[in-house]
Amino acid sequence: MGIFESILLTIATAATPLLIAAIGELVVERSGVLNLGVEGMMVMGAVCGFAGASLSGSPWIGLVAGVAAGAVFSQLFAVLTLSIATNQVATGLSLTLLGLGLSGMIGEPFVGEAGSKLPNLFIPGLSELPLVGRLIFGQDPIFYLSVILTVGTAWFLFRTRTGLTLRSIGDNPASAHTLGIPVIRYRYLAVLFGGACAGLAGAHLSLVYTPQWVENMTAGRGWIALALVVFASWRPARVAAGAYLFGGVTIGQIHAQALGFGIPSQFLSALPYLATVVVLVMMSRNKRLMMVNTPASLGRPFVPDR
Amino acid sequence: MPVSGVSADATVLSVRQLTKLFGSFAACNGIDLDIKPGEIHALLGENGAGKSTLVKMLFGVLAPTSGTILWNGQTVRIASPAAARKLGIGMVFQHFSLFEALTVAENIALSLDDKLPLAQIAARASELSHAYGLPLDPHAHVADLSVGERQRIEIVRALLQNPQLIILDEPTSVLTPQEADRLFETLFKLRAEGRSVLYISHRLEEVQRICDRATVLRHGKVTGACDPRQETPASLARMMVGAEVAHVSAAGTTTRGEVLLEARHLSAAARTPFAVALKNVCLKVRAGEVLAIAGVAGNGQGELFDALSGEYPVEEAQTVQLRGKAVGRSGINDRRSMGAGFVPEERHGHAAVSALPLSDNLVLARYWSDRKAFLSGPLGLIRSGAVKAAAKRICVEMDVRKSGEDPAAGSLSGGNLQKFIVGRELDRQPSVLVVNQPTWGVDAGAASRIRQALVDLAKSGSAVLVISQDLDEIFEVASEIAVISEGRLSDAYPAGELTREKIGLLMGGLYGKTEGAHAH
Repeated sequence: MGIFESILLTIATAATPLLIAAIGELVVERSGVLNLGVEGMMVMGAVCGFAGASLSGSPWIGLVAGVAAGAVFSQLFAVLTLSIATNQVATGLSLTLLGLGLSGMIGEPFVGEAGSKLPNLFIPGLSELPLVGRLIFGQDPIFYLSVILTVGTAWFLFRTRTGLTLRSIGDNPASAHTLGIPVIRYRYLAVLFGGACAGLAGAHLSLVYTPQWVENMTAGRGWIALALVVFASWRPARVAAGAYLFGGVTIGQIHAQALGFGIPSQFLSALPYLATVVVLVMMSRNKRLMMVNTPASLGRPFVPDR
Repeated sequence: MPVSGVSADATVLSVRQLTKLFGSFAACNGIDLDIKPGEIHALLGENGAGKSTLVKMLFGVLAPTSGTILWNGQTVRIASPAAARKLGIGMVFQHFSLFEALTVAENIALSLDDKLPLAQIAARASELSHAYGLPLDPHAHVADLSVGERQRIEIVRALLQNPQLIILDEPTSVLTPQEADRLFETLFKLRAEGRSVLYISHRLEEVQRICDRATVLRHGKVTGACDPRQETPASLARMMVGAEVAHVSAAGTTTRGEVLLEARHLSAAARTPFAVALKNVCLKVRAGEVLAIAGVAGNGQGELFDALSGEYPVEEAQTVQLRGKAVGRSGINDRRSMGAGFVPEERHGHAAVSALPLSDNLVLARYWSDRKAFLSGPLGLIRSGAVKAAAKRICVEMDVRKSGEDPAAGSLSGGNLQKFIVGRELDRQPSVLVVNQPTWGVDAGAASRIRQALVDLAKSGSAVLVISQDLDEIFEVASEIAVISEGRLSDAYPAGELTREKIGLLMGGLYGKTEGAHAH
């Protein structure tokens, strides 16, 4: 495996958690709910994923534990914002703070413990292909999941009736309610999906990216995922492009730091954030496209009158 | 798609003693209603009479507190809009239940219970819309459509379900007279097919024109059931209002003073993709005159108000002239300080902050123009005594009915809050007043009070500009009328020279504006 190939491999590994968390949040926001708790759900996924793998000895069980942790944690947010109609911004922020604290407590016994890594899956035959073989068909299992999730979400949102219904709720929940669509139930399920995705993204961090538990190991990736969704104007393909751009620049700047170009390392570390924001802002300059794609009810609580 | 015939004295829908309580307030109180097959049945009533609550119960959006609904003689419980549609009830809402970001076909698909492919829905909608004379492009985004076109979506959406009863809530409030005529044609077609129509309106003239029977509501109760064609507008109005409505004595002032407000070839680009650009708008309002600007919603009224008030200053200062000074670049406070007053369209969130008391809302609007009276010291502390006194003065002057000394703006009814926000400007005796939709969604009593106040202000020598969609209102207050259409303003005509038909044609943009000609 050449150096170039291994760089590309690590890019995919860096991009995958962002992509998964962002796709989950995209579905949540398309339903009109703004969950700022992505970081908190992600870090819960990371710690529970690691703990599950460590206690059971199987990274696969860890994976399931991570997803479940994110999903369960998201329902706390759902009950507060959807059933009691609390402020979504404040509740989401609290969820992040709670997740960061709680994960530190749960992860205490596991600090410094060597973790087990999810094995890469080699698709027989295809992974032997020159150049792309290893890159596309010899990845970790969560990578494949991220591809399926991205394509599946795009198909679901724009090709299915249920996806159309979800988008309509994000656009105008009051109208959706008068048409007889169960707005709150849809939003619960969307938040659940978002939580599961954030949990999966967190589990990727502690089971694939760096198989160990370090407190606060999400390091702001949840926030990047949130920004990705907005700048990608709520479109899955653009989210994927943004995530890979971020991953690419992250890996690129690590290599640049190693080579020592004489550029301050702080600047290089900031580069992925800067590059992603700049490119996505350029992409979202088309006002019409933004208008049609922005969920108009985003962040506004909806209480059906009945 | 004819509907199966039913015997002559049968009813499609009967309602017995239907009641809906919100807390202790009875929005609907023991309503009885019978709708026969193949009739256009009017539901008449003022704003707040309970019409919307009643139809929401019929369509399964609200659950009745007590009472029964009979559908073709059978007692039914309508638990959801889907259940209503299944029975054969279609609904066209007043505030459209449409999704702006979606296409016409997607909007229609959402209301259909059977899951057809989108292409098939688009084809059927297109076919049906042409059959009923309501042409629609199924692939257009709703956000790009006019209000009339949006209403067509709602109607086509209802028709696709092959309903026996179609409920229309205030359908003509957003249409030009010509568009309304087309709608009536469609309704007659539906009636000829044996379908029933429940037609909700407060416009007596059109109810008398198209409806076979009428049920009148007031304060949540039925106050009359009649054949509207046998009644006079006055007798219908009495049933609706319960008393004679004060007549506005029109402006008709003969002494015209100097020009106080003028737009000179005013243009402004659209700020958002769905806004309307102003194109070369010229107008003049003289002292003692009420210039009314008619037009269907979404033709640049909001943008014109923004430019004249300074909410969004325009590029070139000289395109807006206030008392002879170029103010196009000045903000709203500077223009207020020069003696102008402004009343924007939406009461809640724009003209007033619903959660704040009336006195705070007064300070928010006038803190700069009346800073000497309302603020004290170098820190600009609010003199709450002076402010409260002024708020009280306004409430007395405009007959604002409220609970408590200084209640939150949101606790007032629409009409009373509107009286307050108009009175807030009148209290300053502005020499120029610009007001957008002064009586939208306001009951008849409050509306006539507000209109009279506008006319009186003009009589006292101020220049008044009224932007309105309501032609009745325009004919009541205006001395001059101009029409706005797609961001262009027509010439202004003396009110006496214009008919509804001509205004309708101007609304459709059919009269070319003569280049360079000014309002006078």
